[in-house]
Amino acid sequence: MISAACSFAIVAISVSILLNVYRLVAGPDATDRILALDTMVVNAIGLIVVAGIMFGTAIYFEAALLFAMVGFVATVAFCKFLLRGNVIE
Amino acid sequence: MPSLIELAIAVFLVIGGVFVFVGSLGLAKLPDTMRRLHGPTKATTLGIGALLAASILFFLVMQNAGGIHEVLITMFLFLTAPVSGNLIAKAYIFRHKDIQESLPPAGDRGGWATLGEQKPAERAQRQPQRRDGPSAVE
Repeated sequence: MISAACSFAIVAISVSILLNVYRLVAGPDATDRILALDTMVVNAIGLIVVAGIMFGTAIYFEAALLFAMVGFVATVAFCKFLLRGNVIE
Repeated sequence: MPSLIELAIAVFLVIGGVFVFVGSLGLAKLPDTMRRLHGPTKATTLGIGALLAASILFFLVMQNAGGIHEVLITMFLFLTAPVSGNLIAKAYIFRHKDIQESLPPAGDRGGWATLGEQKPAERAQRQPQRRDGPSAVE
């Protein structure tokens, strides 16, 4: 039952990442692309968590935590660059 | 009894997958950037929370190990999702003049902090002061 649910979640998250790639390519504004990248990082974290459940190992959670931190810092840096023209003033 | 916990884990996984998909569908289908912000900031956060709850249950019951990592990831994602959404909205307002014209007044002193010096009303307020400065000196 758990493996079937894991397969469903992996398929759903993969389709979500494809939709994010569509918005990343087609987004008319730069903020759309930043939002698509941020959502893609969150979806990647979900994919890592589901893979950890599926394989029964807890070794991937360090990677998920690193993804969360790096994704947030990257989003903030992109937005600061759009707002101020500079990342670190 | 284990089948009940397995059922709970499977339900959490399905709920998480559905909500993550709904968030990304909103990001792809909604017509405006401000409306597109709703999908990833709310639906995707809820989906990730459900997936991490499933992971906490799984590693707590099946492998008898406490999940401090999942709690850390949940806390970090729930704290940072509103901040990044707010920053993206600020950048979008900063880049579009037509939205800046329709903003309500921020207060008595200065304009919106996001816009800085670029607010037309604030520029109009500052120019008489600059004109007064040299005339007072003369």
